[in-house]
Amino acid sequence: MIWKEILIRYGELSTKGRNKMDFIRRLRENIRYAFADLGHLHIRTERDRMFIAIQDEAQMNVLVEGLPKIFGIQSFSPVAACDKDMDAMKQLAITIMDTFKHEQLTFKVEVKRTDKTFPLDSHGIQREIGAHVLPQYQNLSVKVKHPDVELRVEVRHDSTYMMAQVIPGAGGMPVGSNGKSLLMLSGGIDSPVAGYLMMKRGVRLEAIHFFSPPYTSQNSLEKVKVLANELTKFGASIRLHVIPFTEIQVLIKEKVPSNVSMTTTRRMMLKVADKVREEINALAIVTGESLGQVASQTLESLTAINAVTNTPILRPLISNDKLDIIEIAEKIGTYETSIQPFEDCCTIFTPASPKTKPKLEKVEHYESFSDFDDLIERAVTNREVYIFPKKEQPTDKFADLL
Amino acid sequence: MKVNTIYLDNSATTKPYKEVMQTFMAVNEQYYANPASIHAMGVESNELLMRAREQVADILKTEAKNVLFTSGGTESNNTAIIGLARGNTHKGKHILTTEIEHPSVLESVKQLEKEGFEIEYLHVNAQGVISLDELKAKIRKDTILVSMMHVNNEMGAIQPVFEAATIVHAESRAAFHIDAVQSFGKLPLAFNGEEGPDCITISGHKIHGFKGSGVLAFRKKMQWQPYALGGGQEFGLRSGTVAVPQAVALSKAARIAVETMNERAEKYRKWQQQIRAELEQFGDVVHILSTPESAAHILSFSVRDLKGEVIINALQKYGVIVSTSSACSSKQTKTSHVVEALNIDEHFKKGVIRVSFGAHVTSEDIAQFILAIKKVLMELKGELLL
Repeated sequence: MIWKEILIRYGELSTKGRNKMDFIRRLRENIRYAFADLGHLHIRTERDRMFIAIQDEAQMNVLVEGLPKIFGIQSFSPVAACDKDMDAMKQLAITIMDTFKHEQLTFKVEVKRTDKTFPLDSHGIQREIGAHVLPQYQNLSVKVKHPDVELRVEVRHDSTYMMAQVIPGAGGMPVGSNGKSLLMLSGGIDSPVAGYLMMKRGVRLEAIHFFSPPYTSQNSLEKVKVLANELTKFGASIRLHVIPFTEIQVLIKEKVPSNVSMTTTRRMMLKVADKVREEINALAIVTGESLGQVASQTLESLTAINAVTNTPILRPLISNDKLDIIEIAEKIGTYETSIQPFEDCCTIFTPASPKTKPKLEKVEHYESFSDFDDLIERAVTNREVYIFPKKEQPTDKFADLL
Repeated sequence: MKVNTIYLDNSATTKPYKEVMQTFMAVNEQYYANPASIHAMGVESNELLMRAREQVADILKTEAKNVLFTSGGTESNNTAIIGLARGNTHKGKHILTTEIEHPSVLESVKQLEKEGFEIEYLHVNAQGVISLDELKAKIRKDTILVSMMHVNNEMGAIQPVFEAATIVHAESRAAFHIDAVQSFGKLPLAFNGEEGPDCITISGHKIHGFKGSGVLAFRKKMQWQPYALGGGQEFGLRSGTVAVPQAVALSKAARIAVETMNERAEKYRKWQQQIRAELEQFGDVVHILSTPESAAHILSFSVRDLKGEVIINALQKYGVIVSTSSACSSKQTKTSHVVEALNIDEHFKKGVIRVSFGAHVTSEDIAQFILAIKKVLMELKGELLL
C-alpha cells in the first residue's frame, strides 16, 4: 500500500490565540468520535494542519468517505510515501498520476526538501520527476501558475511523501467549538436544517421535542428520533428531550381564545424550552423559524412569542426561502423523513384563523386567568431523554422476509 | 412408465424459490395493510416496502428513491420508453432501438411513431449482436432515447451495453434504457456511474420470483412522464396501491439470484457446452443459433426443415419441456422477428427450439434431455442421419 497518512487543512479560524488550540483539539476529538469504529487513530496536529496515520487500504477508504461530513475541515489529501530514492519516487509519481489519466489537465511538480542531505536539490528533483511523468501522459500539460493538479513531493527525514488530490471538506467549524444550544425540533422540514446550520458553525446541540399523546402518534415521535439521529452524522452526539405537552395544550384550548391560542402555545413551548436550556447549561435556543412562512412567523408574532425570555433565540433560516430550505434538507438527508405525514403538536390544535399580528398585552391578559407554571414545571420534570446515535442495533423483524 | 418432467423453459418463466413463496405468504398474512395508510399497520408495511426497495437499490447500486416496483417486464419497458420519450421532447424526437427487441419495446416505439417520434432500428449480425459503429453512425444530437436488450430472449446474444452506453453518453443527451429481463441474475449488472445505463428493466418471474412483479430502476432522477396516474404512489411515478408481497418477494428473489449467480453460471455454461457438443454431431441437420459467447442459460438451435412445434411435441413424449424461440410469440405461425433479423438459411427458420436453464435444473435432467433429443432427431430425421 502506498498510502501513509491523510493531511487535513483546517477550516476558517475566525478567532486566534488560545481559541485556535481549542479549535484544533475539538476537531481532533470529533474525528476520533466519528471514526470510533476504526479503533485508535494516530493523529498528529500542527498549527496549520493535522495528519492521520493510515494502517491499511480499508481504513483509508472509510476515512476518505467520512471526512467530508465533518465540520471544520477545509480540505484534505491522501498522502503516499516511498523510500528516499529517485527511482522509487518516480515510480510513486506515476502511480499517483495514473488516477488522473482520464481528463485533460494542467499540471506541475512542487518539491520541498526538508532533508538537506538528500543529494539532489529541490529543482533537481522537480526536473527529474517532471521529465519522467510528462512523456507518459498525453493528457497532461505543464502550467506553473494555478495548475489543475499539483503533484507535491516532500523529502522529509524518514521518507519521501507525495500527494496530488485535494478533496473538499464540509467547511464550517468543529462542532463544540462554539458552545451549546437547544434546538426546538419538530418533525418538519425546517428545524433539522436549522440544527445542521448551527452545527456547521461549531455549535453543539441538544434537541427538545413536544409530544402530545394521544393527539399525536408514536409515529410522529419516531420520526423526530430518526431526525435527531440523522443530525449526529455531522460529528457529534445529540440528546433529545421529549416533553409531555398534552396537559398544557388542552388547557390552552380550553382557556385561551382560539385566535391567539397558537401564540400562547408557542410561548409555553418557549418557556419550557428555556427551563430545559437552563438545566443543561446551553447558551441559546435554536428554531427553524423563517419569516412569513406561517402565522406564527410574522415579526409581530415572533415578538409576542419571544417576550417570555431574554435568552438569545437563534433563527438561522429566518431569511431563507422554503425551496432553499428544502434543497438543504435533501442534501443532508433529512427531507425524506420530514415529509412523512404525521401530525405533530404544532399542527394538532391549529385554529382556523390565527392572528398574524397578535398584541402582546392581549395575549398576556388571556393567559393570566390560568396557572401554567405548575404544568410547565411538571412537563420539564417528566421529560424523557434519548441519546443519539443509538448504540445497539435494533433486531431486524424483516430479515427473514428479505 | 411414468417419466419425470424436465422443465427447460426457464426463459419463459421460472418456478418460484421456496423461500420466496414463504416470504410472499408471510407478507400477505402479516403485512397486508396498505403502505400508503398512516395507521400503525400501514406504517409497518411501508417500512417493509422501503426495506425491499433499499435491497434492490443496493444490488443495482442506485438509491432507493430511483427504484419503482411495477407489474413486470412489459410494464417496466412500456413505462421507461413511453415515459422517457414523452418527457424529453424538448431535446428532440429521435429514438434508437434494435430490431431484435421484445414486443413490449417494439410496440412501445410503434406507438411513439404514431405520436410523431422518429424511430430507427439497429441491425444485428449473424451472432445477433449490434454493431457499435452503426450505433455511432445513427446516434444524433437530437436522439433522446436508446433502448436495448441486454440478453436476447430467443437466442441469448449479449449486447455490448456498457460500450454502447459510453457512445450514447458521449454523442448525445439521450437516456439509455436496457431491458435486463434475461440478464439480471445471470450476468453482472449494476448502474455504473455516468458510464453505464441510465435505466434498467427487471422482471420477477424470470428469477424465481412471481409473475406480476417487476422493477424499473433509474441511475438518478430523470425527466419522464409517468402514465399510471392516480394516488401518487411510488414517488408519484407509478400510481396504484403497491403490491407489497410481490415487491418484497421480488427483492428476495433478486438477492438470491445475485448471491448464487456465479455458481449457477458455471453450471449453465457446462450444460450448454455439453448439449452443444452433442448437437454438433448431427452435422448440417442441426444449426445452433446461440454462439459460444452468448448467455450461458439459453441454447437455441434449429433442425433442418422441421417445424419447431413438431420437435416440442416429440420431446414432450420423453418428459422434456422446451419452447420454440420465445413463449410470447410461440403461438404465432410466422417466423419470429429475431430469427428473421439473424438472416439464417431458410431451411432452419421454422424449427427454432430454445432450451433454457434455471436454478431447479439438475445434471440428471440435462443427461435425460440429451438422450431425448438424440432419440427424437433419429426418429424424425433418421433417413438424413443414416
